[in-house]
Amino acid sequence: MNPANVLSGTGTLLYKEVLRFWKVAFQTVAAPVLTAILYLLIFGHVLEDHVKVFGSVAYTSFLMPGLVMMSVLQNAFANSSSSLIQSKITGNLVFLLVAPLSHWAWFLAYVGASIVRGAVVGAGVMLATIWFAPLHLAQPLWILVFGLAGAAMMGALGLVAGLWAEKFDQIAAFQNFIIMPMTFLSGVFYSVGSLPPFWKGVSHLNPFFYMIDGFRYGFFGVSDMAPATSLLVVGTSLLLVCGLCVHLLKIGYKIRH
Amino acid sequence: MPAISFQHVGKTYGNARGALKALDDVSFDIQPGEFFGLLGPNGAGKTTLISILAGLARASSGKVTVLGHDVVSDYAQARRSLGIVPQELVFDPFFSVREALRIQSGYFGVRSDKRANDAWIDELLANLGLSDKADANMRQLSGGMKRRVLVAQALVHRPPVIVLDEPTAGVDVELRQTLWQFVARLNKEGHTVLLTTHYLEEAEALCGRIAMLKQGKVVALDRTSSLLAGTASTMLRFKMDTALPASLVGQSRVTGRIVQITAHDAHEVETILGVLRTAGCQPEDLEIGRADLEDVFLEIMNEPPRASQPARAVA
Repeated sequence: MNPANVLSGTGTLLYKEVLRFWKVAFQTVAAPVLTAILYLLIFGHVLEDHVKVFGSVAYTSFLMPGLVMMSVLQNAFANSSSSLIQSKITGNLVFLLVAPLSHWAWFLAYVGASIVRGAVVGAGVMLATIWFAPLHLAQPLWILVFGLAGAAMMGALGLVAGLWAEKFDQIAAFQNFIIMPMTFLSGVFYSVGSLPPFWKGVSHLNPFFYMIDGFRYGFFGVSDMAPATSLLVVGTSLLLVCGLCVHLLKIGYKIRH
Repeated sequence: MPAISFQHVGKTYGNARGALKALDDVSFDIQPGEFFGLLGPNGAGKTTLISILAGLARASSGKVTVLGHDVVSDYAQARRSLGIVPQELVFDPFFSVREALRIQSGYFGVRSDKRANDAWIDELLANLGLSDKADANMRQLSGGMKRRVLVAQALVHRPPVIVLDEPTAGVDVELRQTLWQFVARLNKEGHTVLLTTHYLEEAEALCGRIAMLKQGKVVALDRTSSLLAGTASTMLRFKMDTALPASLVGQSRVTGRIVQITAHDAHEVETILGVLRTAGCQPEDLEIGRADLEDVFLEIMNEPPRASQPARAVA
């Protein structure tokens, strides 16, 4: 196999997936940015004067990185899952299935496009919310590492969900009953350290908590968990989800009969 | 080396109610440059066989190669050699015609030579009457235009082997003419063509060799001319408003007012006419002609299945 062809095929699929969401950017980028602004305005207004986190961090400042990461995660998932299920249901997945693309090409392109969408939406949320609270950038590398790892994991999870689902409701159920509760209960809106011991323990079983907490560490230099611990959990989860995703693509799970 | 080779291909679908054998030990080769027809009634296994060839499905047994490349172990080379026009009218609603073609060619690794690729895309668009639709979104196209784009997408990486899975189902006469002229030209230039169709007059006109599938088995495989020569050679055609005599119903094909009855010789023609006269029928526009591929097809499909039934001929 000619490496140039592999690169071109993977690059084309990545380009197509990015172009796909960019053509409907009002829905795929502007809408989640607006949602994040609304969260910031409402929760910030209600809690700004009542809550201080990590000792001295104002609530709106604390909320901002959580909203950025939540948007990154949800949109990375939505990108790969919605693209794949749409292609499966409308039948145009056949154009990809007849192409000489390996399972690695599929994986890299779909996950790559999810990372791009997550980054674009995350940057949009940050730009839109930066006016409401002062921005801290204590450890930018951690921001990048957790942002990338989180987006990649959710892109891969979206791909798994897209492969598994046979109709739009199943993707919606995956999103509404698994992704949404796990992101909302991961410490986006509060510090897990403030929870009673039982709920703190439950939160520690949620890998999304480590993504949000590690990402937030990059902004404030303080977090509920040590960033290295969070990175270990996120890295392990990423490897597991990617491994499952690559395996399903390799065997053509629900796409090649 | 054959352009396409099917060797003992079997496919069984399993579900809760049991196993369904879609293909049963299918073996034949298609040589480079052939225009080959694959015929059979709905559910005979044609699309399953093509799906295995294209990598959309995996065979339960046997081996399939394209220009010597195994479709499983050497799938990249096999798929690069194949251009598939799918049966379903599918499209990606996010892109224009030109974008869809550029993306499809990119999957096959031909984006690197962008100028030559764009020239080929322009040629495809012109040959398929799509030049003025190049920048239109796929959603804006009529069904016929979408079908043309499917053909262009299959050819965009210049495959030596072209597979057309019922490409003219539900399309107008103009597209059929355009499509067949273009595909015939590609065949003359050396491309191998595998065609499945329900329009048997198309298969008769275009295909040098034909395989017929029935219940997952090859029941006929021969040159088109040999198939036509080896069957009942006379067909009685007429129009009639009244019902056919009961004794003729079993051997007749009725389409509206048009009745076609197979006859093996002049004596049988006389007998049929006698039965009609006795029953008081008044056939109009009566003509006696040669049997066509549709007659051959029906005759083969109506033969009762036998244990380990051999293909009628193997060329």
